[in-house]
Amino acid sequence: MTLVKTKIGRRAFIRNTGLAGGGLVLGFNWLASCKMTPEQVRSLPKEWFELNGFLKVGDNGLVTIMSPNPEIGQNVKTAMPMIIAEELDVAWKDVIVEQAPLNTAIFTRQLAGGSQSIRQGWESLRMAGATARHMLKEAAAEAWQVPSSEITTKEGQLIHEASGKSAGFGEMASAATGIEVPEEVELKENTNFSIIGTDIKNVDGEKIATGKPLFGLDVYREGMLTAMIVHPPAFGMKYKAMNADSVKSMPGIKDVFHFEVYPEDTEKQWSDGGGIPELVAIVGNSTWECMQAKKALEVEWEEDSKLESTAYHDEALTALLEKATEQPARKDGDVEAAFKKAAKIVESTYSAPYLAHNTMEPMNFFAHVTPEKAELLGPIQTPEFLELTLASRLGMPVEKIDVMMTRMGGGFGRRLYGTFAVEAAVISQKMNAPVKLVYTREDDMTQGTYRPAYKIKYKAGLDENGNLIAWHVRGAGTNDDLVFENRFPAGAVDNYLAEKHSLQTNVTTGAWRAPRSNFIAGAEQAFMDEVAEASGKDPIEFRLELFDRAINNPVGEPDKNDYDPERYAGVLKLVKEKSNWGAANGKSRGVSAYFCHNSYVAQVLDLEDGDGIPRVDKVWCAVDCGIVINPMSAKNQVEGGIVDGIGHATYSALSFKDGKPEQSNFDRYRLIRNTEAPREIETFFVDNGIDPTGLGEPSLPPIVGALANALYKATGRRHYSQPFINERPPLVG
Amino acid sequence: MATYTLNINGKKQEVDVDPSTPILWVLRDHLNLVGTKYGCGIAQCGACTIHLDGKATRSCVLTVSSIGEQKITTIEGLSEKGDHPVQKAWLEVDVPQCGYCQAGQIMTASALLETNPTPTDEEIETAMNGNICRCGTYLRIRKAVKMAAKS
Ligand code: FES
Ligand code: FES
Repeated sequence: MTLVKTKIGRRAFIRNTGLAGGGLVLGFNWLASCKMTPEQVRSLPKEWFELNGFLKVGDNGLVTIMSPNPEIGQNVKTAMPMIIAEELDVAWKDVIVEQAPLNTAIFTRQLAGGSQSIRQGWESLRMAGATARHMLKEAAAEAWQVPSSEITTKEGQLIHEASGKSAGFGEMASAATGIEVPEEVELKENTNFSIIGTDIKNVDGEKIATGKPLFGLDVYREGMLTAMIVHPPAFGMKYKAMNADSVKSMPGIKDVFHFEVYPEDTEKQWSDGGGIPELVAIVGNSTWECMQAKKALEVEWEEDSKLESTAYHDEALTALLEKATEQPARKDGDVEAAFKKAAKIVESTYSAPYLAHNTMEPMNFFAHVTPEKAELLGPIQTPEFLELTLASRLGMPVEKIDVMMTRMGGGFGRRLYGTFAVEAAVISQKMNAPVKLVYTREDDMTQGTYRPAYKIKYKAGLDENGNLIAWHVRGAGTNDDLVFENRFPAGAVDNYLAEKHSLQTNVTTGAWRAPRSNFIAGAEQAFMDEVAEASGKDPIEFRLELFDRAINNPVGEPDKNDYDPERYAGVLKLVKEKSNWGAANGKSRGVSAYFCHNSYVAQVLDLEDGDGIPRVDKVWCAVDCGIVINPMSAKNQVEGGIVDGIGHATYSALSFKDGKPEQSNFDRYRLIRNTEAPREIETFFVDNGIDPTGLGEPSLPPIVGALANALYKATGRRHYSQPFINERPPLVG
Repeated sequence: MATYTLNINGKKQEVDVDPSTPILWVLRDHLNLVGTKYGCGIAQCGACTIHLDGKATRSCVLTVSSIGEQKITTIEGLSEKGDHPVQKAWLEVDVPQCGYCQAGQIMTASALLETNPTPTDEEIETAMNGNICRCGTYLRIRKAVKMAAKS
């Protein structure tokens, strides 16, 4: 039996009797009418009883479960309520899911980022369900005058076998609200799970397939104006002047003005990232009218700092790779001495360009700011931090600010930085009207917050038996120092040196799906392949030997290494077996493994051989993310990460000329398309019962290495520089 | 500004807009049909796909003045109860991640099956190539189109 203290997030259990009476008071429920299936609507309860902040039980047994975290496509809106429903022991068909309002007193971490929603929510979600079940059992025990320990639950039913009594949750819900919140509650054994581990479809699936309003861009309100921004055309430029008069008189245009997003006294949060301090706003009646005005408006900009080009970033990063850092990030043994006595030395440098996030839904936000209150609604990964910035920027107490979350048309890290929501609020305040700010695709792609550009240099030494005796890594990124010094192969090699540099630039950067890992995994795993080849060993065997070393006799202080070598080796062994590694199948194969965001992934990628363009035929993917909540959607995440990784490494790049991004839309910024995605992806999960970890990111980083290694097999050439499409002679079309 | 009478999802709708306004924005801003999405505005991503007399068409570059009598179908009008075979297959396969591109994907897929009820794998991929899915759901999209073709 697992008992957990209910004290984590205990405020969640302070019942508000004012709420106990009804779902109707839930003002945030702006899409209530399309959140339920027709059967559920037909059978809506007369009364709801809130047992804690996460859930309400209706008098007819229907249960509403709040999904606390922002939904960006990682499917937490289905997975998090599944965990609550499991411990509550209700049938999934009786569950209605609602996006919770922002209330961190109840829901604690309401943030989408770092693949942490499930990992960090696991305990509190289970507790919320288990506590409610406990209270329902107690209520039944009182009603039936039997010991609560004799009462069991199943799919929304309370059962007392000895007396033959039973009741639905709905019948006991009212009485349960009077039961005291227990000090600790019993959790289910993993083996008794009946919802967790089953394939449950996306709770918003029907609305998505029928085009219902779900996204921030779909918000329309009575009297709402549309706003657009004009930002400096280049990094290193700022606003100087404009002549807005002719534009102001264009049809449908209400106002055109220059404004400061972040005046100096604004208390910024980390989530304000690389927000552009000054912008021009165009406000009008409709999107098209604003777009027309935007085209017509002439703004004068002036140089503020250096106008950087890609050539400059390249040179500056390359120069950093030649320089030792003053203080190494990690140093074990003596790499220089080891290189001197090494039988073989392998050395390579890898690079990757800036990338834009390019969520399919461009940045946007609805804001209605009046002197009394600020109401904001839209796609945001960090609603809590947004409120704090808004309080400072609008000069309002936090209590008067209400940030609500819509479903998001992608996040990938971009919506961690709510600068667009701040802009919307400032524009609404100025206009004294409800406003929806909309970025055009061009605004979205050229405003910054990019995945940094990276370069990394590796040097490895092998002894005469092909054993790895030294590893030196030196990495550099724009506004980012790239290297994770305690990740593999740290701990598996006696002489190890990790150094990291950051190049300060005025091109703004931010977290992009699997930050740093998205590049370093591919570089490291491609290099590992070169080193394995030089050692004369099979690339999987070579890695497994290193993991053996890290398991049996790790280098450095214990616990310093970030990873668990047994789980790491476990996924590699699993993918080896599943892909039938070592057997010739007429394909060019590459392997790769990586650990990030607390999860382990190993992949084998097959390229079709033959003339012309190598096509990814199949990817085998082994994942250890502990307990899998929803296998169907977990596989979707894994597949998406793989397609994303292959796509960006092969096709995508953002380059600069005199501070100006050279790509501003999908005509010149190439994203992977249907014909370029693998023919098949097969995913295998390690079944180990360990508490769940994240899955939104971990499948992306290693695939780049598997692809590079397979390309080497197909073409006889190593691939050092992303996007691979630009390698000369060209590889893929 | 000019007045246009449009045939959308089997209903006549009147709008008073600038003749250069793309149908995408007429649908979204003026008719409250927000299922058709904006992704790029330059006919590159397919998020805005509608049917024009049954043919998959990018509504972001289609001006209201060019429509005339042609019939427009949007995702909202693809089926009355959300039970078009393509929609059903989409749910069965659980295609979406963020979901934003999916209305466009479904409109492209349903137009494909209208003209080619039994497409090969290659034909499916090629037909769907104009629709970007940033979340990378391409494999499930193919699977769902195949399933819908069989039904
Ligand atoms: S919005 Fe029309 S094709 Fe992208
Ligand atoms: S599901 Fe997110 S863009 Fe396709």
